[in-house]
Amino acid sequence: MSISRAEVEKIALLGRLLLTEEELGRMTVQLGDILGYVDQLREVDTEQVEPMAHALDIANVFREDGVRPSLDREQALATAPHRDAECYLVPAVLGEV
Amino acid sequence: MALTDLTATEHLADLRAGRVTSAELTRAYLDQIERYDGVVRAFLRVDPAAAMARAEEIDRRRTAGQRLGRLAGLPVAIKDLLCTEGEPTTCASKILENFRPPYDATVIARLKAADAVLIGKTNMDEFAMGGSNENSAFFPTRNPWDPSRIPGGSSGGAAACVAARMAPLSIGTDTGGSIRCPAALCGISGMKPTYGRVSRYGLVAFASSLDQIGPLGHTAEDLTLLLEVLAGHDPADSTSVDLPVPRYTESVRRPLEGLRLGLVREHFGEGLDGQVEAAVREAVRVYESLGAKVCWLSMPHGKYAVAVYYIIAPCEASSNLARYDGVHYGYRTDERQMMAELEAERAALLKSGGEAALKGLDNPLIRMYRRSRAEGFGAEVKRRIMIGTYALSAGYYDAYYKKALKVRRLIRQDFDRAFEQVDLIAGPVTPTPAFKIGEKVDDPLSMYLYDLYTVSTNLAGLGALSIPCGLSSGGLPIGLHLQAPPFEEERLLRGAHMFQQATDWHTRRPGLG
Repeated sequence: MSISRAEVEKIALLGRLLLTEEELGRMTVQLGDILGYVDQLREVDTEQVEPMAHALDIANVFREDGVRPSLDREQALATAPHRDAECYLVPAVLGEV
Repeated sequence: MALTDLTATEHLADLRAGRVTSAELTRAYLDQIERYDGVVRAFLRVDPAAAMARAEEIDRRRTAGQRLGRLAGLPVAIKDLLCTEGEPTTCASKILENFRPPYDATVIARLKAADAVLIGKTNMDEFAMGGSNENSAFFPTRNPWDPSRIPGGSSGGAAACVAARMAPLSIGTDTGGSIRCPAALCGISGMKPTYGRVSRYGLVAFASSLDQIGPLGHTAEDLTLLLEVLAGHDPADSTSVDLPVPRYTESVRRPLEGLRLGLVREHFGEGLDGQVEAAVREAVRVYESLGAKVCWLSMPHGKYAVAVYYIIAPCEASSNLARYDGVHYGYRTDERQMMAELEAERAALLKSGGEAALKGLDNPLIRMYRRSRAEGFGAEVKRRIMIGTYALSAGYYDAYYKKALKVRRLIRQDFDRAFEQVDLIAGPVTPTPAFKIGEKVDDPLSMYLYDLYTVSTNLAGLGALSIPCGLSSGGLPIGLHLQAPPFEEERLLRGAHMFQQATDWHTRRPGLG
């Protein structure tokens, strides 16, 4: 299975990565190799097999819906790269660039 | 004999009997770090003053006759993938270079409650993605047995620091072999407990259905000390299992009677280095001499394990790593440069295609995400985000992700059938002894295939460990892999201990020039 450079560009956008020209070229070859390798799974008959998403058969785990302490705002904001007194700050999303 | 040549079990006995203080012990390991870590580079960060202060505090409490925890005064090294409150936790990634978590991982809280001395945070492959430690964003760790070679990964620093006697015990994580491979290549013992045995709360997630925290040390007995403290249910991790924790430290000395040892035919085929094979077969003969019965098995789906793993793990990783957005914590790109870049692109697009061409231009928020992640993540992490994003994207989900989940069940069923006939499965941990730094960096697929014998344990959710079973002609350690059914850690440790009672591979130490 090979993958086109245009597909790699599209995946990079979906994965919120920005690849250089050189990275795009290398990634196209390497992803192609890796996808070629994993393609061997096609030969396994899995018609009657249930997918196994998890190592343990656990259903939803619930806890008591009680009030408990959690991080206060200052602790949560302390790790932010850009903030004001109350909020995380991000570049403008709406309007003209 | 130097203090740092003893095992953790011996240290604890000496500490309790007053033959050594925690301050003396901690100083001895800090000296060892000072002397050798310039070459090995197992640690990302050591705070000698903090470690000494902690050791002295524990000594004072001991002198005062206060009640102390089970690891009181013993230095333990921590893989830098585990959150330590207020202390840098980098995951060996630029994106978290300045991150200080506001809370402790459950295993860290448990270690502190047990009065261990946290001696430093160890190097690793970035976000635990890799098998050689070359994917650390900061520097590669070197194998103490031969500094031109890799220590294995991703818990490379965790294994190298024990091998080089810079810590008696350390904590690693294992998603596809990341404790067992470096333990094997560095000549120490290391265990991946069953998924659910140890809480993952505060472990920075790579592949959530596969990740598990486990102990590394010189002997199986040493591993029991840590496992007994780490294991157990945690309400903060809904996948941690509510089962009683056995007294591993007590049961470990009981040999396994009538042990049925399985060997998997497919593990002794093409790709296995002759010296590794010879050492593993010799280890099996040791078990036979101890009364074990050997049974050959076939695991027909094992050959698909690497393919299944390199779909599932990147899929989970691409979702987990979406949290690195340059907003809540971690690295953010320079916004002024970014806006200038967007402005220039906009002008170029307008010129070439008019207003219509602007449709493909990122908005500033999206571009901020993309640039922050592009600058913050290393090549392997990007590669896995790309594979995972591709395999989960519209049109490919069934062909890749769902297919892999189905074959994962077939791999588990192979193990279930095998464990009807045998108690433990033995085999090689890695196909060869440690390779040279740089040897596989340009060939990700061949690096992935190095995980051939270990990934299926994680996919199936079993427990497994690696113990030293030989040295190559070049003097490089070789590991023996033991795998057990889920929640049979006791069986693994007893099996490993009985081997270590009959052999002395676990007492070999690298010369450190």
